Amino acid sequence: MSVALPDAERLYDALARELRPIVTPATGMIGIQTGGAWVAERLHRDLGLAIPLGTLNISFYRDDYASSGLHANVRPSQIPFDVNGRRIVLVDDVLFTGRTVRGAMNELFDYGRPESISLAVLADRGGRELPIAAQFVGATVAVPPGAKLDLRRDDAGRLSLHLEAGG
Amino acid sequence: MKIQIKNGRLVDPRNHVDRACDLFVADGCIAGAGAAPAGFRADRTIDAAGLVVAPGLVDLAARLREPGLEYKATLDSELYAAVAGGVTSLACPPDTDPPLDEPGLVEMLKRRAASRNLAHVYPLGALTAKLEGARLAELATLRDAGCVAFSQADAPIPDTAVLWRALQYAATLGVSVWLRPQDPYLARDGVAHDGEVATRLGLPAIPPFAETIALGAILALVRATGTRVHLCRLSTAAGVAMVHAAKAEGLPVTCDAGAHHVHLSEMDLAHYDAHCHLVPPLRSLRDRDALQAGLADGTIDALCSDHTPVDEDAKQMPFGESAPGATGLELLLPLTLKWARERGIALADALARVTCTPARILGIEAGHLAPGAPADVCVFDPEAHVTVSAAGLQSQGKNTPFLGYALPGRVRFTLVGGAVTYEARA
Amino acid sequence: MRNPQLNEKGELQHLLAIEGLPREIIVRILDTAASFVGVTEREVKKVPLLRGKSVFNLFFEPSTRTRTTFEIAAKRLSADVINLNIATSSQTKGETLLDTIDNLAAMHADMFVVRHGTSGAAHLIARHVAPHHHVINAGDGRHAHPTQGLLDAYTIRHYKRDFARLAVAVVGDILHSRVARSLIHALTTLGSPDVRVIGPQTLLPTGVESLGVRVFHDMLRGLRDVDVIVMLRLQNERMKGPLLPSAQEFFKCYGLTAEKLAAAKPDAIVMHPGPMNRGVEIDSTVADGRQAVILPQVTFGIAVRMAVMSILGGGAT
Repeated sequence: MSVALPDAERLYDALARELRPIVTPATGMIGIQTGGAWVAERLHRDLGLAIPLGTLNISFYRDDYASSGLHANVRPSQIPFDVNGRRIVLVDDVLFTGRTVRGAMNELFDYGRPESISLAVLADRGGRELPIAAQFVGATVAVPPGAKLDLRRDDAGRLSLHLEAGG
Repeated sequence: MKIQIKNGRLVDPRNHVDRACDLFVADGCIAGAGAAPAGFRADRTIDAAGLVVAPGLVDLAARLREPGLEYKATLDSELYAAVAGGVTSLACPPDTDPPLDEPGLVEMLKRRAASRNLAHVYPLGALTAKLEGARLAELATLRDAGCVAFSQADAPIPDTAVLWRALQYAATLGVSVWLRPQDPYLARDGVAHDGEVATRLGLPAIPPFAETIALGAILALVRATGTRVHLCRLSTAAGVAMVHAAKAEGLPVTCDAGAHHVHLSEMDLAHYDAHCHLVPPLRSLRDRDALQAGLADGTIDALCSDHTPVDEDAKQMPFGESAPGATGLELLLPLTLKWARERGIALADALARVTCTPARILGIEAGHLAPGAPADVCVFDPEAHVTVSAAGLQSQGKNTPFLGYALPGRVRFTLVGGAVTYEARA
Repeated sequence: MRNPQLNEKGELQHLLAIEGLPREIIVRILDTAASFVGVTEREVKKVPLLRGKSVFNLFFEPSTRTRTTFEIAAKRLSADVINLNIATSSQTKGETLLDTIDNLAAMHADMFVVRHGTSGAAHLIARHVAPHHHVINAGDGRHAHPTQGLLDAYTIRHYKRDFARLAVAVVGDILHSRVARSLIHALTTLGSPDVRVIGPQTLLPTGVESLGVRVFHDMLRGLRDVDVIVMLRLQNERMKGPLLPSAQEFFKCYGLTAEKLAAAKPDAIVMHPGPMNRGVEIDSTVADGRQAVILPQVTFGIAVRMAVMSILGGGAT
C-alpha cells in the first residue's frame, strides 16, 4: 500500500508539546495496552510525571467479546494510584472507532471516579462509531478504509506507523 | 416342505465337513448333503453360491427380558433378532423379573417362545430361590419343567457353604450348574477393570483376582462334588490358565467367553463410553489376548453373545450408573468371524465355538448338519461387511460398543426346524 | 477420538478434565487468571464480560465451598448465577440427569457448572448439550476437579515461578481424590519432573505410576527436598474401616507436622484443597504456619474460575 505515513517520532514530539502545558504533579497518566502504553511510557518520562504510570488492558471490556472471544495473552491492567478525584490523561496510539476508548473508560470507572479524563492519541485516523473525541492529537492521518494502522516499536524504542491490509 | 440349498460351501464342524455341496432339508430335518436323496423334489431352492451353509448358531447366553423387563426387550423382538443373527438355539439366563425359579415361569416362557416359531429357547433355572444365593431352588421340578441347567446369572452366592450344598444337590440330580466366577466382595461397587484406565477415569474397580479367587473356590468344590460345572464369561488371563489346568486334571468343567471380551479391552472405555460398561468388566489387552488364545486352543469351549438389551435411557447415564451389558445376538457371527480372521483360525474351527460345542454343553441335539439332525441352518455371506447401526439391528437393544464398525459376515437365510425364519433382503 | 472438551478447531469448548488439555491452553488459563487477580483487588471487583449470560451451578453432590467460589467468579464476570442443589435421591426416581439438563438448557442456560458424585457425569452432559452450551466440571466422582487442579497449578506458579525443576508431593487419599488426579495431570503437562504420591497402599489406585508419578509409602522419605506439599482431605467415612484403622493412626503416619515438614526444602509451600481436617491430615501449627498458602489458594481459585468462564463464554477467537 503506497500511502505516505507520517513519522511517528514527529507525531510523538507534537503530542508531547501539546501535553506539556496542561500536566501537573497531580496528573495521572494511563496508557492503553499495548501501543498506547508505549507512548504513555515515554510521555510519562519526558514530561517528568511524579505519579507512577498506569496501564489498562481492556480485554475484559471489549464489546466484541461475544463474537471474538477473549483475546489470548491478556496482560493485567495496573493502576498504581487512586483514580478518585484525579485528573487523568488517557493515552492511546491510534484513535479509530472509539470503541477501545469506551472500554478503557468503563474499566477506569471500575477503579473509582476521576475528576476528569482527557484523551491523548498519537494519530487520529477518523472513522468514529461512537461520540468520542481526543483533546490532544499528534496528527490526523488519512487511511484507506479497511486498512489497519499499526504502531510498532523497535529494539531501540523508536516508534513507527505501518499500514496493514485487511482488518 | 422340502428345501434344497444349492451351490453353497457346507461347513459342519462336528462332522468335519467343509466342502462345496448342496444341502437337502425335508420334514424339519436334514435329509442329506451332496447328491439329492432318492425321490427328493424341492418345494423351494435357495441359491447359496458364494455363501457358507453352516449349522444355526447356538448362543449360551441371551437375555430375552421376559418375563418382567419387557420395556428393555420382548420375546418377539429378541427371537427375531436371534434368527436375523443366524442364532437358532439359545440359552437364557434366569435373571428375569421375577427370576426363573418356579416351574410355571419356565413353562410359560417355553410356551411363549415356542409359539413364535423362531429360535429355540432353552431356559436356565435359578440355582437358588429368587437368585438370592441363600436357599436352593426346586431344581428337580425346574428340570422337569424344561430347564437345561442351573445358574445364578450374575447374582452372587456369597456363602461358600451354600454353593457347596447347591453343587452337591445338582450332582445328585445329574444336572449341570453354570457359574460366573466373581467374588462378590471384591467386585462390590466396581464397574471397570482395576487397571490404568480405571485409575485414570476414577472408576470404582474390580481386580482380576475377583475372578480367580471365585474360580479357585468353584474348582475346589467341583473336585469335591464331581458336579458338572460350566464356567461363564471368563475375563482374565489367569482365569484361562486355571481352567486349562482344571481340564488337564480331568475336572468336569467347560467354559465360555463373551464375544465382546474377546475383541475389546479397558482401552475401549475411552471417555466413559457406557456401551463398554459390561459384566464382567472389559479387562486389559493381555487378558483379551489370553481369551483369544484360549478360545483357539479349546480351553474356552464356546463363544457367546451375552446378549443384554438395555434401553437407551439406562445407557444415557454416567458410566458407573449406566446399566451394564450389550446387545449381541446379531453380532455373534460377525464377531466370531472377526476373531477367526484376526487369529488365522479355520472357518470350521471358528464356527465350532458357536455351534457344536455350545450344543454339547447344553446337551441338545443341535449345532450340526448330519442327516436326521434338526434343520437349523444359517446361510451367510462371509465376505460381506455390515456396518453396525441402531437402525440395522432387529433387537430392541441398540446398545453395542460396535456401533459404526464394519464387521464381516452377513446372514442371508436362517432356517429353524426346516422353515425359513429369516431371509435378508437381497 | 477427539478430546471431548475441545472443539474441531482445538479450542476449549468445555472444561472436563486437565488430562488431554494442551499445555498452551493450561498456560493461557493461568495467564488470564493473573489478570483477574488484579480485578479482584479493585474498588469494583466486576468486569462486564458475561453480562446477560446465565451460569447454572448444578450441584448433585453438596458442596458449599466450591459452589460459592464458582458463584463469586461468575458474578464478578457479571453473569446471572442460578444455584441448583439437586439431591441425588430425587434423581434416581423420575427425571434423568439429561432430562434435567434439557430443561435447564430450555431456560437459556449458557454455562453449566456441574458437581456430581459419579465419575464421567460431566463428560456425559458435555456430549449431550448443543454446541453453544459450555460445561465446567466442578468435580465428578473420583475422576477430575479441573478448576482445583488449575488453581493449585496457579498457586505453585505464583510461589515457585517455574515448573521445570520442581519436586511436588501429593499426600493422602489418592484413590478417591479427583483433586489429586487433576493436579497430577496439570503438573506433568506443565513439565514438573518430579511428582510424588505418598500414602498407604490402601489409598493409592492400581497402577498410579502410569499417571507419571513416583510412589512413596514412607512420609519422611517422600517429602525429602520437595518444593511443594499438597495435603489431601481424608473423608470421614474412610477414617475407620478396611482402608485405615483410625484417624489417629493416619495422622501418625501421614499427617503433616512441623517435624515431617522439615524434610522438605526450607522454602517449601504447603497446600490443601480444603476443607481441612486439623489433626487428621495436617497439624494446626503447619496449617497456620508461614509455609502454608492455603488461603491464597482460595483467592486464586476465584481468579482461575473467572479465567475459565471468560475463555469459554466468549465467541470464537
